[in-house]
Amino acid sequence: MSAPTASAPPVAATGGAGPAPARPRRRMAGWFILPATALLLVFFCYPLAFVIWRSFTDPSAGLGNYTALLHDGVSTTVLVRTLVTGLIVSACTLVIAYPYAYTMTRVGPRGRNLMTVVVLLPFWTSMMARNFAWYMLEQRGGLIDDAFSAVGIHGVVLLGSVPGVAVAMVQVMLPFMVLPLYSGMEGIDKRLLDAATSLGAPRWRAFARVYLPLSLPGVLSGFTLVFILTLGFYVTPALLGSPQESLVAQLIATQVSKLLDFGGAGALGTVLLAVTLLALFVVSRFANLSSTTEKAVTND
Amino acid sequence: MSHSDTSTSTGPGIRIAGVSKVYHGTSRPAVDDVSLDIADGEFITFLGPSGSGKTTMLSMLAGFVSVSGGTIEIDGRDVSRQKPHRRNLGVVFQQYALFPHMSVAKNVAFPLQQRRMPKAQIAAKVAETLKLVHLEDYADRLPSMLSGGQQQRVALARAVVYQPRALLMDEPLGALDRRLRDQLQREIARMHRELGMTFIFVTHDQHEALTLSDRIAVFNDGKVEQVGTPSELYERPGTLFVAQFLGESTCFRGTVDATAGLLRCEGFAARAPRLDAGLDGTGGVAIVRPERLELHPGAGDVPSGHNQASATVTEIVYVGNHHQVGLRFGDGTTGSAMRVAGRSLPAVPGEEVTVSWDPEHQSIVPAPGGASASPSVLEAAGA
Repeated sequence: MSAPTASAPPVAATGGAGPAPARPRRRMAGWFILPATALLLVFFCYPLAFVIWRSFTDPSAGLGNYTALLHDGVSTTVLVRTLVTGLIVSACTLVIAYPYAYTMTRVGPRGRNLMTVVVLLPFWTSMMARNFAWYMLEQRGGLIDDAFSAVGIHGVVLLGSVPGVAVAMVQVMLPFMVLPLYSGMEGIDKRLLDAATSLGAPRWRAFARVYLPLSLPGVLSGFTLVFILTLGFYVTPALLGSPQESLVAQLIATQVSKLLDFGGAGALGTVLLAVTLLALFVVSRFANLSSTTEKAVTND
Repeated sequence: MSHSDTSTSTGPGIRIAGVSKVYHGTSRPAVDDVSLDIADGEFITFLGPSGSGKTTMLSMLAGFVSVSGGTIEIDGRDVSRQKPHRRNLGVVFQQYALFPHMSVAKNVAFPLQQRRMPKAQIAAKVAETLKLVHLEDYADRLPSMLSGGQQQRVALARAVVYQPRALLMDEPLGALDRRLRDQLQREIARMHRELGMTFIFVTHDQHEALTLSDRIAVFNDGKVEQVGTPSELYERPGTLFVAQFLGESTCFRGTVDATAGLLRCEGFAARAPRLDAGLDGTGGVAIVRPERLELHPGAGDVPSGHNQASATVTEIVYVGNHHQVGLRFGDGTTGSAMRVAGRSLPAVPGEEVTVSWDPEHQSIVPAPGGASASPSVLEAAGA
């Protein structure tokens, strides 16, 4: 706006080494983040560095752990299975969450509150309770098996299979997809669809040409979040999956707790981290290039 | 300004017949039995305060809102149940509603693509239309890189590029500042002249309505109070609401005496030609515009046949090209008169003056609520 110039410097400036007229408030800000920084350094950065270090040095220095990882025949299979499961879970979550989030933007404030509560409900129930609930549902003679048996389809036991794990993951991941989608969709002007239809586009085409592209940033961030979270998921696969069809997190746990192969586990963890970072990088490039929203443009 | 051609072309046009809208969960209709014929090529304005139903009426024309009763016909065809994308109308929104992820050119091309126009033709048409709104150099920009006025011009270009049957505008200037508003107002008038398209314009701004329109429909409480040319509405308001919403006026309340041809007010009687006999004995209001009031010092010499009343000058405000003289009449009615700058002022504040006016320039309307209410201070709407 027409505020006096020279006030309001960019907030992004990092603390430290700023030029002379550093204001007291900004200097204080540096101190405020100290506890969090210290915590991260001690309990995240140091262990992480240690894990990576050991993956190259334990039991002997070099890339031995990584070459073993490539050739043991299990790790790569598990890694690929994890990635595929992650993609499928993210896609399924998206398909369920998109219409849900869209509806949230169309109902009144009370309906919206109710829908938010419903979506957050899993957050407020214990992780173990939720997973054991799925255990009961998916086991032989469980609700799902019984329901399918009733219509003549026998032996639908999801427990101990990747689909069984995926179904539960989708449910757990739903809030992580709904919330970013909703916050993205909330910012889309509802009149845009009216405008598109008045200009001659049928409702569905107005949606495809206008609404969908504008909701993509939300889709992207929700999808990335869910994908990355599923890659490292441990409790659900450990409880509902089987060792024969394990995912990366289970494999790492086995290597650490049963085989005491810290170097191998470290290598697997490092690869997982690299894959995650790669996914994030690709997404951020994609988000910048597509410049689908004003946000993307003004942020540049 | 441009209300030269108000000849009622009886051919094709848009006909609104007894249209009502009751929103779900409400009992009072937002639009209540509105009937209106809009001629081909006409510039008609729906004028009214917020909540008067004017925007709902426009949304029903566009098809965004379903009609609860009545029909909307375009060129004799009932479109009441037709989907918006089949109506072939252009709509301009107050908040522009440009597609933020498309360039200016792509925004303008959108309706042409929907109509499956060949690419080369689209490019030519887009360039031509952007020239019409003076934005040919901005084709590749995103809407977010344009000012509000420029964005609204893109919206205008997008809404006329496919030569729709009519252009509907919902408070298109509402989000702009004063200077831009005046500028864009002139552009809209020019586009109407050049395109010869039917324009339906919604606003709450009487100034916009008066300067742009061939005809104005004044909305109040879901109903159309009066339809007419700007000068008809200004010179011959049919209701007190119209008089107060459109321009300033002095409103004398009294009782109609149809046999004597008078409106009997407190302290004086106003001669009123062509009084409706049906109003006899009921409350009436005489409405006089400020530029029609003559001021005479003291007892004054009033031209014969003119109505007169004495008043106290309460204030004199200098407005540049004229003085605005505040008046308080014997019955407490307040009003204002206009005195062109250069003419001497008949009095200073606090002094008595005689106010006179030609009965031809006064309108008698029924008092709201019927009975001859006690004279109350009626404030003129807007300035």
